[in-house]
Amino acid sequence: MKLSSIGMRRLVLGLLGLGLIAAMVFVVMRSGPLAPTRVTVVQAAEGRLTPALFGIGTVEARRSYLIGPTVAGRVRTVAVDVGDRVKAGQLLAEMDPVDLDERMAALDASVTRAGSAIAAADAQRRDALARKELAAVNARRYVELGAQNFISAGAVEARLQEQSSADAVVSAADANLAAARQDQQRLAAERAGLRQQRANVRLLAPADGVVTSRDSEPGSTVVAGQAVVRVIDPASLWVKVRLDQGRSAGLAASLPAQVVLRSNPGQSIAGKVARVEAVSDSVTEERVAQVSLDQPPPGLSVGELAEVTLTLPPTTLAVLLPNAAIKRVQAQTGVWTIDNGSLRFAPVRQGQASLDGQVQILEGVKVGTTVVVHSEKDLAAKTRITVVDSLAGRQP
Amino acid sequence: MISLAGRDILHSWGKFVLTGIGLGLLIGVTLTMAGVYRGMVDDARALLNNSGADLWVVQQDTQGPYAESSSLRDDAVRSVLGIAGVERAANVTYLTMQVRRTNVAGPTSAGGSDEDVRAMVVGFEPGQPGEPGYLVAGRHITRSHYEAVADVRTGFALGDRIRIRRHDYTVVGLTRRMVSSGGDPMVFIPLKDAQEAQFLKDNDAIVNERARTAANPSLNRPGVPGLLEAIQASQANNRNVNAILVQVQPGIDAERVAEPVRRWKHLEAYTRNQMEEILVAKLIATSAKQIGMFLVILAIVSAAIVAFIIYTMTLGKIREIAVLKLIGTRNRTIAGMILQQALGLGLIGFIVGKVAATFWAPIFPKYVLLESGDAVRGLVAVVVICALASTLAIRVALKVDPAAAIGG
Repeated sequence: MKLSSIGMRRLVLGLLGLGLIAAMVFVVMRSGPLAPTRVTVVQAAEGRLTPALFGIGTVEARRSYLIGPTVAGRVRTVAVDVGDRVKAGQLLAEMDPVDLDERMAALDASVTRAGSAIAAADAQRRDALARKELAAVNARRYVELGAQNFISAGAVEARLQEQSSADAVVSAADANLAAARQDQQRLAAERAGLRQQRANVRLLAPADGVVTSRDSEPGSTVVAGQAVVRVIDPASLWVKVRLDQGRSAGLAASLPAQVVLRSNPGQSIAGKVARVEAVSDSVTEERVAQVSLDQPPPGLSVGELAEVTLTLPPTTLAVLLPNAAIKRVQAQTGVWTIDNGSLRFAPVRQGQASLDGQVQILEGVKVGTTVVVHSEKDLAAKTRITVVDSLAGRQP
Repeated sequence: MISLAGRDILHSWGKFVLTGIGLGLLIGVTLTMAGVYRGMVDDARALLNNSGADLWVVQQDTQGPYAESSSLRDDAVRSVLGIAGVERAANVTYLTMQVRRTNVAGPTSAGGSDEDVRAMVVGFEPGQPGEPGYLVAGRHITRSHYEAVADVRTGFALGDRIRIRRHDYTVVGLTRRMVSSGGDPMVFIPLKDAQEAQFLKDNDAIVNERARTAANPSLNRPGVPGLLEAIQASQANNRNVNAILVQVQPGIDAERVAEPVRRWKHLEAYTRNQMEEILVAKLIATSAKQIGMFLVILAIVSAAIVAFIIYTMTLGKIREIAVLKLIGTRNRTIAGMILQQALGLGLIGFIVGKVAATFWAPIFPKYVLLESGDAVRGLVAVVVICALASTLAIRVALKVDPAAAIGG
């Protein structure tokens, strides 16, 4: 009985000791320098990927009009408000004409007066003509009488001089009449010019569109070129998208695009690249392209943020790897491959990449090679590893 | 010859095991405290390792970007790239802030709960220094905006939507041991987004600022249309970063690159050693010393308790020792028994402590690094303390009068 009790105690103590040692071994193997690094792997496989470009942009109007006066002045009326649809030629606003109307009335009067002046000049001319005829008749008669020596030569010369004077008076009357007519023409032209100026203070819509802002109210003074109202053509809305220069290879006009507006993140709108700007932004290191929407949604607002994904044509068949596998060791880009259970760093040359994280491997890895994707820590050639299905987090 | 120590342990094994476990938990606490201290230092080093840089270029006369705030123009990196010996260089921003998880289905759904995590938001350029070196799940960032890679400590999962300032980001990858010097997990986002997050004010502030500018008659001049808009546009953007991470070409001394940066670029440059000095000796110095002080006191207290336990355990066996003496047991045997028991107790305590510390270390909110060197030092210390304590007990045991076995 006592022996068995001691035996029991030995057994229990031994088990406790064994348990403790087992726990210690477990602890040493699980943590510390002896513990292997857990990794996940993938078999390199061939495939095609559809590269895509991603950028953000803002909705802009291709055609927007700033409507304002050509000379400084005061706004008299503004006929439209923000949101109004306007037709081409519609009156949007009118500037204060100040004295233009009065000057027009003055010119009207001047033109009328010029007509009167023409009439007076004409009458003078007729009078001169009548005098000229009389002088001619008189001169002819005196010349005949002088030839028969009825009168003195001095009297004949006086009549001839009279005739010459009458001719000159007619010429002067002609010139006067022409001057009066030219004066009238000048005044009429001035009046036409003034009418144009008067029309110019009326600000008209240059095209069909929607009023987007009303910048000045009646009574305020604006300088030449300052906008009173702004109008955009809602049919010309497009997205000005900015793409990182480093990830813009393949950007070209007419690429298909998917546009997601910030106001409606659940829906993507189809479109295509309408234009790629030749000048890219050197400060932000971005390229700029315009994407037109196939069917602009109603209520699209200018300045709204949009995410744009451009789809490039699929690549040729090549080895594909997840981008998490690409590591940089000693200024070399490559992947860790598993060869008979030991790690080897294989430098690779990368091709294109897709947005879902697949990278084309042009050189360095053959199909079927086991490649490390995720790891618990940085790897080295002598790191001991164990391959597991996943390290953390749920897979997408 | 039978083992006296073994016999004695078998006799009162319950007491022995419980004492061992109690001792073990105490040792475990001491080891954990050492782990906390090591973890703090390691957090600082992890920050440097993760950035993958050999050289940090920061604003002149600052010790940024970790210890002080530093701000420099984001085009300075181009001139740094032109310096001989530079392999790669990239802009980086650091901003510690609360990152909120937003529900994918929207705030109206029943399961939707917003929770925020304190994190260090790192703005980096993909494929450049500053990128997380390895992932434990998911993929690297492929879009130039609105994607994030988060440390697993943030608690975010792949596919989660997180909100930083006004934009929602999708978590596409998870990484591990990417922490700031304070132990906050990191969230990596594209540099341009991070610049905006760091320097962009909230909408109300922007609107107020616009109104303030518009109210300034010298900035809102009636005769100069467009001036106000130009000023407001220039106020809204900020093209600063916190630091430039530089990798030097293999075989080139980082100091040789740092010297021209300091002299000609009018920026400050720190090599890896200098940065570690700043982080470990300056940034976390006080809190590390605090923990270190606590560790020293805890170690002393633990040693004293271990010594007292062994001493009292021997005192409890005075009568048995007297009997042993009475039957003529040699002093060496008795001393051996006490020493063996003390060492056994110490070993059990150490193993229990090490196992316990290893099991509870991951539960700590901040990183606890249990170094093998610390464990070995702890083992040596435990053995020495037990041996010293047992000499105290042995002295008492040897002085016991054999008559005590019979009398009172």
